[in-house]
Amino acid sequence: MLNRKEILETINMVEKEHFDVRTITMGISLLPCIRDTAEETARLVYDRICKKAENIVKVAQDLGTEYGIPIINKRVSITPASLLTSSFCGKEIVLAKALDRAAKTVGVDFLGGYTALVQKGMTSFERSFIESIPEALSVTERMCSSVNVGSSKAGINMDAVALMGKIIKRTAEITKDKDGLGCAKLVVFCNAVEDNPFMAGAFHGVGEGETVINVGVSGPGVVHHALKSMKGASISEIAETIKKTAFKITRAGQLIAKEASKRLNAEFGIVDLSLAPTPVMGDSVAHILEEMGLESVGAHGTTAALAMLNDAVKKGGVMASSNVGGLSGAFIPVSEDIGMINAAEKGAIDLNKLEAMTSVCSVGIDMVAIPGDTPAETISGIIADESAIGMINNKTTAVRVIPVPNKTVGDSVEFGGLLGTAPIMKVSPYSCEAFVSRGGRMPAPIHSNKN
Amino acid sequence: MRAIVTVIGKDKSGIIAKVATALADNQVNIEDISQTIAQGNFTMIMICDLSASKLSLKELSVTLMEVGEKAGVSIHVQHEDIFNAMHKI
Repeated sequence: MLNRKEILETINMVEKEHFDVRTITMGISLLPCIRDTAEETARLVYDRICKKAENIVKVAQDLGTEYGIPIINKRVSITPASLLTSSFCGKEIVLAKALDRAAKTVGVDFLGGYTALVQKGMTSFERSFIESIPEALSVTERMCSSVNVGSSKAGINMDAVALMGKIIKRTAEITKDKDGLGCAKLVVFCNAVEDNPFMAGAFHGVGEGETVINVGVSGPGVVHHALKSMKGASISEIAETIKKTAFKITRAGQLIAKEASKRLNAEFGIVDLSLAPTPVMGDSVAHILEEMGLESVGAHGTTAALAMLNDAVKKGGVMASSNVGGLSGAFIPVSEDIGMINAAEKGAIDLNKLEAMTSVCSVGIDMVAIPGDTPAETISGIIADESAIGMINNKTTAVRVIPVPNKTVGDSVEFGGLLGTAPIMKVSPYSCEAFVSRGGRMPAPIHSNKN
Repeated sequence: MRAIVTVIGKDKSGIIAKVATALADNQVNIEDISQTIAQGNFTMIMICDLSASKLSLKELSVTLMEVGEKAGVSIHVQHEDIFNAMHKI
């Protein structure tokens, strides 16, 4: 029998601590839509997405009401689009526009999967596809793009790393009337996961089934609240509390994921338990770290605190769900977390500290605004560093930076809504151009050779 | 199917009556009820059976929300599974 303390705990999590299911993401395989022409492929893609995801918004709303847990975002992820475009290089934009139209028709807020996986090598059609990303992001609203440039198994494709620096710059330039907003929808990965429900990096891997429901649960506010009453407690006690909290949150996600997949006639994929912040007060990962005893996120000790948080979240989540996947851990996007924004504004956190943090958290350099005149090669250098951390540590890392046109250190940029506000961060003034332009492939690390 | 109805707000006379009437009018059976007042805040939790009701959980939720608005309290109706999932192993 349920007791009143438990019932009220759940109610308070939602009412006061911003607990929610952050996203229900439907992964759809688009492999049956491949045709010779861009127009025909686009037409089939549009129809298939509209048919498969027809009810996603309604089902999410119904589940939110029945279980009393808000479901914030409804999304679609698709087969990496570069696999669909090999026969119509140069006309990829036709497909991009169809994807955006489909997202609008079914009413999802984002569609992810304008993606290329080039961790080991890049075909000519993949190069053409990647070249189309800036324009694709400028003519669409809801479409997100990602490129995987490295993996622990394959090493790092340094040609792709060099290219992505240029693509990010071009995307910022082509969307400069919106302060380079296109870059907020473009992620460069190492060890990208095939079942990630979170944007901007979601795509539906080729190893996945036909239609899959992946659910992303969040709850930085719930964890923060749980720690508030633990002044003076030891780190082991805190880790235990985070684990228990993560367990409860994930169980809610598991229930909703199961029910959603049943009602949407799709496979249940995974629950991704990620502490994903939003810019509102009380929904910050940085504040959890500060609650542990840091004067500000970015202080010495931040990496250690984040490592413990990330690990405890995973441990709680793993027991709560039959299938945990995606990125599961803690996100540290700068512009989307009020605690991170404050720390960046007062200079408590910089790119170097963020880089260290990415070696123990679940993603990478995320939603960081850098000066508009940052050279493409420097951005490639940031990507190479992050990819190396991911490759060596067998984890996912990512770079989502925005070189904001005509802005520099001391300025700030407002993206609005969930994307938040970002003070421009300093990058190293020293060049890595000669290193980046060497190209080639960085060999996979020795410990990848496990066969 | 069972649902948990929670009523939270400032204490005043007649809250239980109003909620119970709305439930009875819609053939919802109250199986368990508990209520406390802490620092002037009224908290009531009811475990209800909807199997005889013509209303879906969603419709009941809308009906009770209206009752809550008139009475100045917040009323939630949630499927019991969410609590079982979160608090029972």
